[in-house]
Amino acid sequence: MTTTENSILIYGEVRQGIIHRVTQELAGKGRELGDRKGGLPVEVLLLTDFLEDAPEKLFRAGADRIYLVEHPSCSQFNQEIAAKVTAALVEERKPEILLAPATTSGRTVLPAVAALLGTGLTADCTDLSIEEETGLLLQTRPAIGGNVMATIKTPEHRPQMATVRPRTFPLPPEEDRSGEIIRPALPRECFESRVIPEGVQMLEGEAGNIEDMEVLVSGGKGLRGSEGFELLQELAELLEGGVGASRQAVEAQWIGYPHQVGLSGKVVSPKLYLAAGISGAVQHLAGMQTAGYIVGINKDPEAPLFRVADLALCGDLYSILPRLLERIRKERGQ
Amino acid sequence: MNIAVLIKQVPDTEEVRMDPERGTMIRQGVGSIINPLDLNALEGALAFRRIRGGKVTVFSMGPLQAEEALREALALGADEGYLLTDSAFAGGDTWATAKVLAEACRKTGPYDLILGGEKATDGETGQVCPEVAVMLDIPFSTYVSFMELREEGVRIRRTVEEGGEWQFLPFPCLLTVLRNLNEPSLPTLAGKKRARRTSLPRYGREELELSEKETGLSGSPTRVVHIDYPSLTRETAFFGPGDTEKGLDLLMQKLRELALL
Repeated sequence: MTTTENSILIYGEVRQGIIHRVTQELAGKGRELGDRKGGLPVEVLLLTDFLEDAPEKLFRAGADRIYLVEHPSCSQFNQEIAAKVTAALVEERKPEILLAPATTSGRTVLPAVAALLGTGLTADCTDLSIEEETGLLLQTRPAIGGNVMATIKTPEHRPQMATVRPRTFPLPPEEDRSGEIIRPALPRECFESRVIPEGVQMLEGEAGNIEDMEVLVSGGKGLRGSEGFELLQELAELLEGGVGASRQAVEAQWIGYPHQVGLSGKVVSPKLYLAAGISGAVQHLAGMQTAGYIVGINKDPEAPLFRVADLALCGDLYSILPRLLERIRKERGQ
Repeated sequence: MNIAVLIKQVPDTEEVRMDPERGTMIRQGVGSIINPLDLNALEGALAFRRIRGGKVTVFSMGPLQAEEALREALALGADEGYLLTDSAFAGGDTWATAKVLAEACRKTGPYDLILGGEKATDGETGQVCPEVAVMLDIPFSTYVSFMELREEGVRIRRTVEEGGEWQFLPFPCLLTVLRNLNEPSLPTLAGKKRARRTSLPRYGREELELSEKETGLSGSPTRVVHIDYPSLTRETAFFGPGDTEKGLDLLMQKLRELALL
């Protein structure tokens, strides 16, 4: 165990050679935490087969150093390689804090890194700060479906590790900063894996990635059939958003599982969340309650969803949704 | 083929209601169930056993009442179950929990395949299973929505943000699964009878030969320092069926503010 306070390391997210914006969000947060700790440098690890993006934007977001690891074995996500590379870099750099996005890759790699290093990890943090007296990282996360917000720290083990969902922290303002790009020499063993990649299959348009959407329009049992989702799809297209669904709608097979919002599906936090015909079981509420602005459309005035909504439209959704579509089209002169 | 399934007993979120005054969730008096995604893991194990024979063993770490979850798993078709229970396990974080589960698998195994749900509906960390795999030094994968048995291992599809990723993992390995892997079956009468007859060994810290420093709160790298009970409710602008146009006026105004129009 070491207490060398060397840096804050960010596990960057690179998808098909492109740096995902959550990496900048974390670099910005890392900068803020680093400044609170008397100017700890912020370092970002980028692991890919070939970087097609300009990494300098990470300097402008707050990073001081980028560890760029380009290796052919990383053409497809490999959790074993990612964990070994990250752990090797941690062993060498001994960062005080390690942050990663709470995406499918971050949530897979970081637990493995935590187990390899024998340290703690807090998943899906919604807030990170530095404790005044101790300088420790305070990690706040929702638990039991948002019932409880727990603040957690890692007093003795290093690094202090946390994953953070995309869009939890804002994209930092770009500053005129620069830094260095280092290609670390890593043992060959880091790139050997028992897991054999067998190809990827990109989603074609359909579900999109609802966790990344600024606008989500979701439907539930109240749609009474898959046709309702066509209306929601129209609305989503007009607002350049995605389509979500309650568990009941998915179980009725009106729409696929990748669209499911809630505890047994995806947890989302868009700017605007519109729920049509969703009564609001706790298991659904837990998946969307942090959205910026919540609109509920339901014919039951007592629907629990209305309690967490900013705007409640009580009535027949098949009357309300077409009127909303018409208004938006009219406003746009379509 | 020897398969282990790691299950967790969780509160039945279907039964959780909101406190009308405080807007917080009420957990008191709520029943317990097997974490839903763990049922998909168990179903996957049973399907592989049908193809290749062998044994399905379920493990759960928790208080004595977690035995109910193990009995339910036996009723669903598991062959054996172990309850990992000890006051020394209390307050453990994901690392300390993984340590107990990994030791239990090591002690009763070896297993060709270890399965679990991608995350539990209460903690939602999804960390325990990957940590178990690393502690056992076996390859693992997560977010598995399809799996196919091969001679020397298993071919899987991970469902990730942008689609599907295919991987092959040789045995022994660990996988965490998603809801769309399969449709869990219901317990049979014969299964329920067998579940009542089967004894469930209990393993504590000493049986697993773990030190106090490795388990429970004292074995946990993380500490909870503060708990808040946030209110979920918002100040709601409510528009009844006769006021829809007014409500839509407000919504349009909001869309303009959010620069969505």
